[in-house]
Amino acid sequence: MKTFSKIALLAILIMALAVVVAACAGGPQPTQKPAEKPAATEAPAQQPAATEAPKAEEPKLIKAAWVYVGPIGDGGWTYAHDQGRLYVEKHVPNVETTYIESVPEGADAERVIRDLAQKGYDVIFTTSFGYMDATETVAEEFPDTVFIHISGYKKNDTNFDNLFGRMYQMKYLAGVAAAMRSENGKIGYVAPFPIPEVIRHINMVAKGARSVNPDAEVQVVWINTWFDPPTEREAAETLLNAGNDVIVTGADTPGPVQAASEAGKWGLAYDSANACDNAGDGCIGVPHWNWGPAYAEIIEEVRNGTFKPKGRWPGVESGIVDFKFGPAATDEIKAKVTELKQAMIDGKFNPADGPINAQSGCLAVKEGETLTDEQLLSMKWFFEGVKGEIPEAQPPCQ
Amino acid sequence: MTPTPSSSSHRLPRLSLERRLTSPWWLSWVIPIASVALALLAGALIIASQGVNPWEAYRAMFEGAFGTGYGVAETLVKAIPLMLAGLGVSVAFRMKLWNIGAEGQLWMGAWAAAGVGLFLYPAWNLPPWLAILLMMAAAVVAGGLWGAIPGVLKGVLQVNEIITSLMLNYVAISWVLYFVDILWRDPGGLGFPNTAPLDKAIWLPKLTWIPFLPKGHRVHAGLLIAILAAVFIWFLLNRTKWGYEVRVIGENPEAARHAGMPIVRNIILVMILSGALAGLAGMAEMAGVAHRLQRGLSPGYGYTAIIVAWLAKLNPFGVLLVAVLFGGLLVAGDQIQLTMNLPRSISDILQGLILFFVLGGEIFGRYRLRLR
Repeated sequence: MKTFSKIALLAILIMALAVVVAACAGGPQPTQKPAEKPAATEAPAQQPAATEAPKAEEPKLIKAAWVYVGPIGDGGWTYAHDQGRLYVEKHVPNVETTYIESVPEGADAERVIRDLAQKGYDVIFTTSFGYMDATETVAEEFPDTVFIHISGYKKNDTNFDNLFGRMYQMKYLAGVAAAMRSENGKIGYVAPFPIPEVIRHINMVAKGARSVNPDAEVQVVWINTWFDPPTEREAAETLLNAGNDVIVTGADTPGPVQAASEAGKWGLAYDSANACDNAGDGCIGVPHWNWGPAYAEIIEEVRNGTFKPKGRWPGVESGIVDFKFGPAATDEIKAKVTELKQAMIDGKFNPADGPINAQSGCLAVKEGETLTDEQLLSMKWFFEGVKGEIPEAQPPCQ
Repeated sequence: MTPTPSSSSHRLPRLSLERRLTSPWWLSWVIPIASVALALLAGALIIASQGVNPWEAYRAMFEGAFGTGYGVAETLVKAIPLMLAGLGVSVAFRMKLWNIGAEGQLWMGAWAAAGVGLFLYPAWNLPPWLAILLMMAAAVVAGGLWGAIPGVLKGVLQVNEIITSLMLNYVAISWVLYFVDILWRDPGGLGFPNTAPLDKAIWLPKLTWIPFLPKGHRVHAGLLIAILAAVFIWFLLNRTKWGYEVRVIGENPEAARHAGMPIVRNIILVMILSGALAGLAGMAEMAGVAHRLQRGLSPGYGYTAIIVAWLAKLNPFGVLLVAVLFGGLLVAGDQIQLTMNLPRSISDILQGLILFFVLGGEIFGRYRLRLR
């Protein structure tokens, strides 16, 4: 009991100290105003002084916040989202932005999202699949705040929508490029989770690769994480040791491509436009995100009051997804990929078109038919040419 | 640091550590305060190196964690698993059993509780209150058994429990994730590795009656479980013969052996109790906050609990208080990002600094520095 009172005293002292500290700092020192507000929110300098500008023309201030699953310096997924946020800062007038990085998917996410809503942010972008339920819960509590969840499938009728891009189109191009570069037709895929998004992307790599080399194979290693640099690299090394000579990654960092470059092989990175910059000479290219314009559009909708949840899934024609070449892209690869990309933009080619065989070789999508969005969004089966297993796969044909 | 016979010619003053025979009464609480203060000071240097005023950063952290009702509520939510796991760790530490395995014991507890909640509860059509009690019991058993493994190895075979308990953390987490990823995966979850959510009826109830906390806060009955557990542990250690044995074995195993105390049995029992409490922490987090078994259920509560127990000097009520302070530190990690634009890792760095300085400070409790 004696020690208890000492500890109680200690705790009270610490708290008292902290209160005093807080009170002092909050008190008489206007010089120390929190000048370092979210550094990112440089007040828009071009904004005309309030007195001169006609009131009607000044757009309403919109405060937007982003919740990231990784650190903004991951060079991949989170970095790409943060580039989108910076795009908004640069191109959207009278907007204030902030972000919180490295928020674990789960119980912590709900706190962070609710906290942002409480702080009065008008739009909150939650940028990982695992934030879906937390976003839904908080969206219900704050009907006046707009919540945009990236990569999920839930939404409501008023203030909660999902946003993603048809990255599978670019993954098809990655498959084409991989098979053109590969010497043995063996491609390895570093795969995060067996969810439809990832399965779809693997499938499209296989389909793209087989369009070049009908014998090409895509071997899958599940790593069960989005962001874990050592695990990502190890998976790539495993795939390289198994004889694959092109590594395609679906995880957040360029580590797997670095590993391939170091082994004298090739790889395709993911997520951010400059992912090839630090991925060595073996980087063929990167299917990447370009979130900025989509974010800007949503923010303007919120400002104008025209926002409505609709399940947003734009493709390459909108620019939300794109493909950028790296140092290991040959001229033939560049020509072929550019041509295919243009065909997709023009609506002349759709990688979701049949015929498509399932892994077992049976015909899943007939010639002349196309995978529906519904089928793409709930995909639980592999295409022919994929070497790997989905837990509880649901093949469309036997 | 052993004093060597001083050679004749050049005699430089040397620092040496001498064991204290007695400690002044004030030392035992001046040292932790000074240690924490030094840790915060070192943290201030790191924050300043990021171009942010440390004073402002600490103020933002404090306000975020304790300055609003919502902050306090979230701090308490974070403190609950730290309290329970911290109590578990402190019981083992009392007997100088270095149980580093609270993290794994916590995961096993969450796993067992989830099994009851997800499968037994609907299958047997249990009333919710009984299901919650069964979930707690399952967590106690699973955590206790997981703690018993290093206990038996230590007691019977003298295997170092630090290593076994630490290694078993990785085994436990992999075991649980196998269920999350494969066996118990939510069939409606589109393949994302989560179990299905628990039925709302068997969530640990929210403590809506606490005054001053905002509506819709997430503080749950785990807080009461933790407080009861602290009272129980205090009573057990200070008011029972068994508790006396535990303390004697911890302080002087030779004397305990001569007195005929059953050391092996007590090693195993203490590890079971320690694991059981950590298991309860997992159950509370699963049934009170996450409401399902998932990856990232514990962002290392079992490890932070070690710091908590140590800072609290292994006193059960001290654990409750220190857990609240550390819960605040975890919550504040978000705040400094938001208001100060500092990376999240600052709060991890502060945690590490506090442990480092507190452990370092311990030396000065037992030894004195002498210049000669």
